Amino acid sequence: MFLELNELLNASPERPEQGKLTLLCDTKTDGSFLVHHFLSFYLKAGCKVCFVALLQSFSHYNIIAQKLGVSLTAAKERGQLVFLEGLKSCFDVLFGEEQHVGQTNPLRFVSEDGSNLKTMYEFVRTSLMASGSDSWKCPVLLMDDLSVLLSLGVRPVDVLDFIHYCRVAVCSQLKGNIVVLVHSNDDSEDEANELVVNSLCHQSNLILWAEGLATGFCKDVHGQLKIIQKGSSELKAERNLLRIYQYKIQDKNVTFFARGMSAAVL
Amino acid sequence: MAALATGGGMPSDGATSFQRKVPASSRLATIAGTRPSVRHGQLLLSSGLPSLDCVLGGGLAVGTLLLIEEDKYSIYSNLLFKYFLAEGIVCGHNLFVASAKEDPADILKELPAPLFDDAHKNQVNEKETAIKSKQESQESMKIAWRYQNLPRIEVSPAASARIGHYYDVSKMVSPELLQSTKWHRFFVPEEMSLHPEIKTCNMTCGYTRLLQSIQRIIYQEGFDGSYPQNKAIMERVTNLSDTVVGLESFIGSERETNPLYKDYQGLIHVHKIPRLNSLICDVSGTKDLAFRLKRKLFTIEVRETVLFHYLEPERWSKSYHLV
Repeated sequence: MFLELNELLNASPERPEQGKLTLLCDTKTDGSFLVHHFLSFYLKAGCKVCFVALLQSFSHYNIIAQKLGVSLTAAKERGQLVFLEGLKSCFDVLFGEEQHVGQTNPLRFVSEDGSNLKTMYEFVRTSLMASGSDSWKCPVLLMDDLSVLLSLGVRPVDVLDFIHYCRVAVCSQLKGNIVVLVHSNDDSEDEANELVVNSLCHQSNLILWAEGLATGFCKDVHGQLKIIQKGSSELKAERNLLRIYQYKIQDKNVTFFARGMSAAVL
Repeated sequence: MAALATGGGMPSDGATSFQRKVPASSRLATIAGTRPSVRHGQLLLSSGLPSLDCVLGGGLAVGTLLLIEEDKYSIYSNLLFKYFLAEGIVCGHNLFVASAKEDPADILKELPAPLFDDAHKNQVNEKETAIKSKQESQESMKIAWRYQNLPRIEVSPAASARIGHYYDVSKMVSPELLQSTKWHRFFVPEEMSLHPEIKTCNMTCGYTRLLQSIQRIIYQEGFDGSYPQNKAIMERVTNLSDTVVGLESFIGSERETNPLYKDYQGLIHVHKIPRLNSLICDVSGTKDLAFRLKRKLFTIEVRETVLFHYLEPERWSKSYHLV
C-alpha cells in the first residue's frame, strides 16, 4: 500500500471502513497501481479478500505485492486470499474437457450464452462467507477489471446486475467492501462501457480517477488522481468532496503531490 | 495480458561461474532469439527491428500482445509484419500467420532476406524496430500462459545477449529457408466456409485452440485498412492489448512535401507499453518518433533530430541513432 495515499484518503489498515464501494477509474493511463494499493492495504488490514483478476497472471500481482510488503502466496495458503485467475480459468472453460470444467467455473459464461454472471456471483459469495474458523475482518471483493467483462461479451445490464448482487451480499449482508477497476475515456464511443462507468459512479462511495496529463507525457509526473468522496449523509445532502493530486510512480511506491508541485519543478 | 516465463531447461552458455541458485523449475529455457529482461524477468523476443525493440523497452515480452495501428495505406505496417515473420524464420520459431485478405503463403514468399553481414552490423549502431500485431507461437505450439516465475538478475552483460537481426527489403527470403520453417495458416475466407458455426466446447486439436483464441482479435482489429474502423471496438482492443503502436505515414499528407521530412516516411506513436511484474515500465524519455526506411535499414529516430538533419545536413549526414 502507498502510505501517502492512505493519508490522502484518511484510511488506515488498523481500522478499515466497512460497507463501501470504491470505484477505480483510469483514462488515458494505467490505473492498475491503485489495484495493487488496495490489494496490499486490505491484506495488511487483516481482511479476507476475494480477488477476481481478469487481466494479468498471478505471478504478476505476486511480484508487485512482494515489493509492497505482502506475499500473495502466503495469503492464499492461510486462506486470507481467494484468487480467481481469469486467464487460466478462461482457457479451461474454452478448451478444457467437459468433466474438468464442471458446473462451478466462475467464468462459465464465456462458453455459454455469454452473459450470465450468476456463477461468478456465487463464487464471490461462497469465498467471502465467513466460515467458523476464520478470524478475518470484513470481507473485500476486488475486481480487475470490469471493462474486460464487456469485451468478453457480457451485456452492460448484466454487469450492473452482478455488481448490484455483490453489493447486497458483500456490502450490506457481510459488511464488507468492494473495489472495482474500470476504464473510461472522455470522448469514448464505447457506449456500453460508459453506461457501466456512469452507473458505478453514482453508486460508489469513493471514486479514484487516474488520468493522464492533458498536456501529454511527462517523465516526472505520470498522471493526475481525482479523489471524489461522496457526502456521507444522504439526508443532509452534503456535497461531494473533490480533490486533485498529481502522482509519480516509482518502483515500490507512488508519491502524491499537489498540482504543479512536483519535486522536479520545485 | 499475461506475463509469462517458461520453465525448465539448461542455463545459457557463456554465463559466468557465479550463478544465483534458483529452483530447477524456474530456470528460463534458452529459446533461440530470446533473452530474459533485466527489468521484469520475462523473456523478451525481438520484433524484427532492433530499434523498435529499443523503443519498447528491450523487446516484446513473450506472451504479450502487440497491436499495430496501420498507417493510411498499410504500407509500413505490412512491412513491419514481414520483419516480424522474417525474425521468426531466422530464429527457427514456428509461425502462425493469420490473414483476412492476402493468402498467408503469398505473405511468406515476400519476406525480406536477413543480413548476416557482421561488418554492416558494426557500422550500424542503431537498433531497428518493427512492430507486428500478430502473435507468434513458440516452438511447441503451446500457449504457454503462466508459469511461476522468479525474477532473475542477469549476471552476464546485456550487450552480449542482444536480440534481433537486420533485413534487406530488396531481397526476398530464400525458398530453402522458408521450406525448413514450420508454419501454420489461418485464412479468414477459408475458415468461414469450413466452420460456419463456432462451437468452442467441442474443439480439441491444438491448431484450433490457437485459432480460437486470436480469432476475435483478428475480426475486430481489421487486418486490412479498408474495413471501416469501429472506434468502440478499437478502444476495447487497445485496452486489452499489452503494447500498442501506431504508424502515421506521410503519404498523401501535407507533410510529404515538407522539406523537413524529406528523408522520413512517417511517424511512430507508442501508445501503450505493458507494465509487467512491476509498477513501472521501461518507457523511453521521448515519445516523438519518426521512422525512415532505406533498402537495408528501417530506423526510428527522435523527431527533434529531423530538424538537425535539415538545418545542418553535412554535420548530421550520418544518422543520429536512437539510443
